[in-house]
Amino acid sequence: MSHLHEDKIKFLEQKANDIRESIIEMLVEAGSGHTAGPLGMADIFTAFYFHILNHNPRNPLWEERDRLVLSNGHICPVQYAALAHAGYFPMEELKTLRKFGTRLQGHPHKGALPGIEVSSGPLGSGLGQAAGIAFAARMDGRKFQTYCFMGDGEQDCGIIWESAMFIGKNKLSNLTAIIDRNNIQIDGMTEDIMPLEPLREKYESFGWHVLEINGHNFEEIIDAVEEAKAIYEKPTMIIAHTIPGKGIKEIEFDYKRTLGGKISSEHQ
Amino acid sequence: MPINPNAKLVSNVLDLKSVEQVPTRKGYGEGLFEAGEKDERIVALCADLTESTQMHLFAKKFPKRFIEIGVAEQNLAAVAAGLANYGKIPFISSYAMFSPGRNWEQIRTTICYNDVPVKIAGSHSGVSVGPDGATHQAIEDIAITRVIPNMVVIAPCDANEAKKATLAAAELNSPVYLRFTREKTPVCTTIETPFQIGRAEIFFESKKEKPDVAIISSGPLTHNALLAANDLEKDGMGVIVVNSHTIKPLDEKIIIETARKAGAIVTVEEHQIAGGMGSAVAELLSRNYPVPIEFVGVHDRFGESGVPGELITAFGMGVSDIKKASILANKRKS
Repeated sequence: MSHLHEDKIKFLEQKANDIRESIIEMLVEAGSGHTAGPLGMADIFTAFYFHILNHNPRNPLWEERDRLVLSNGHICPVQYAALAHAGYFPMEELKTLRKFGTRLQGHPHKGALPGIEVSSGPLGSGLGQAAGIAFAARMDGRKFQTYCFMGDGEQDCGIIWESAMFIGKNKLSNLTAIIDRNNIQIDGMTEDIMPLEPLREKYESFGWHVLEINGHNFEEIIDAVEEAKAIYEKPTMIIAHTIPGKGIKEIEFDYKRTLGGKISSEHQ
Repeated sequence: MPINPNAKLVSNVLDLKSVEQVPTRKGYGEGLFEAGEKDERIVALCADLTESTQMHLFAKKFPKRFIEIGVAEQNLAAVAAGLANYGKIPFISSYAMFSPGRNWEQIRTTICYNDVPVKIAGSHSGVSVGPDGATHQAIEDIAITRVIPNMVVIAPCDANEAKKATLAAAELNSPVYLRFTREKTPVCTTIETPFQIGRAEIFFESKKEKPDVAIISSGPLTHNALLAANDLEKDGMGVIVVNSHTIKPLDEKIIIETARKAGAIVTVEEHQIAGGMGSAVAELLSRNYPVPIEFVGVHDRFGESGVPGELITAFGMGVSDIKKASILANKRKS
């Protein structure tokens, strides 16, 4: 157990709540965008930007920073909100999401906004990029960690498994990936669209150390990352079970109302 | 001699029997090796084709900087993007049909939209791949790379130019597509031939005061263009041959100037006519100085098995085809 101080957990819970509020405000203002993934991943993003990551919002390109690669770019509202709350850019800018001229593009654009490590949106390509960063870091003896956040829907992509094989082969233990296992994708439930299970065994057979956690429990999130860092002979995959739309009871688990659809102000 | 002396071409360039023949991919292998010696940031990634893409020289000398990806071209692009994101200068090699063919979206998003300096080396372009047939003959690669913002596209005319292009690409802080070929082709240029990314060179210029046609060529077919020009000149035509190795960004100045001088253009490339270098020239000239243009290239069909030379002729890219196109372009002047 990480023995997180109770105050720390309360702080993270409050922060995650604030981030969820920001996400809803942003999406209402934008008039489009995904809600399920961002809300479901709010706790994990909070744990990373406010506890786990070794980073400096005032110096986003600091060479020794941990790299957080977001592969499923469509959940970027949660990353944008977390970055703003962490101090990477002014909070007011969140309202510009998806509008002409914004640095907060509909899907993230590296170079447009501080804290965005890679452009993403087309699914599946984050893991390979994270692998490249981790490989380069190991070549140069750098100590930073590389994290890759993925969706479960994008586990359908062939490139994910190309990358998983490469990372397993090269034992990139400085890379930890997290799958947002919320069981939904655009067309329905993942197990109906293209079954992923047994997901844990798939990654294990590719040479990964695999952990499964409750993606809304801060102690479990932080403990899993600590364990990943302690394992030197393998990369770690954390399958984080989350609730899509978490935090807004009316839309939790409802893929039809949370994926890609328009969110109305009644959900505020 | 109508060969432009400033181009410093080999003296026997017009003698098909004696001119040296080397595949452009060999120049790439040597260039990559030399670039690797100069700059420790250079890393090389291959997709199970190390020797035929000529990466083996680098791989042997710098094993820690060589990364084998396996037959996984999408991952090839993504891993390279990550390495470049960190600060490395990755070269990725496969057959052009697979990279940039199969992994086009990863190249677009993770390399070009990220604007990281990955160098994509596509070997085995064109129908001259030969017996392997259509599946392995990339004749669409220029079209799909030159439409991506931030990308630079280079098709060297011979092995010497391929080496220079590789070294120059290594120093350019942007994504680059380098197009190479499998077969041995004539070495036209020398170490002294000027090479600068984005600058075309006049290789041949008739003594005739007013040229009748200008041939703009890229890749090894430039040698056919020179042979055609030499024949045409003997028949009394004034011809200019421009070697436009950089397809993006085009050397707009020299192409517009040449069009103005000659009043008719022929483009020559081992690629589909749609979307290739000729299209880029047409886009430029239609806005700036419209003249008749004839396109020598592949006419909207797939390649097939055969001997390289025989395929070049069968697909209408031989010396006689370039001559016919030149005469036609000249006739079309109003």
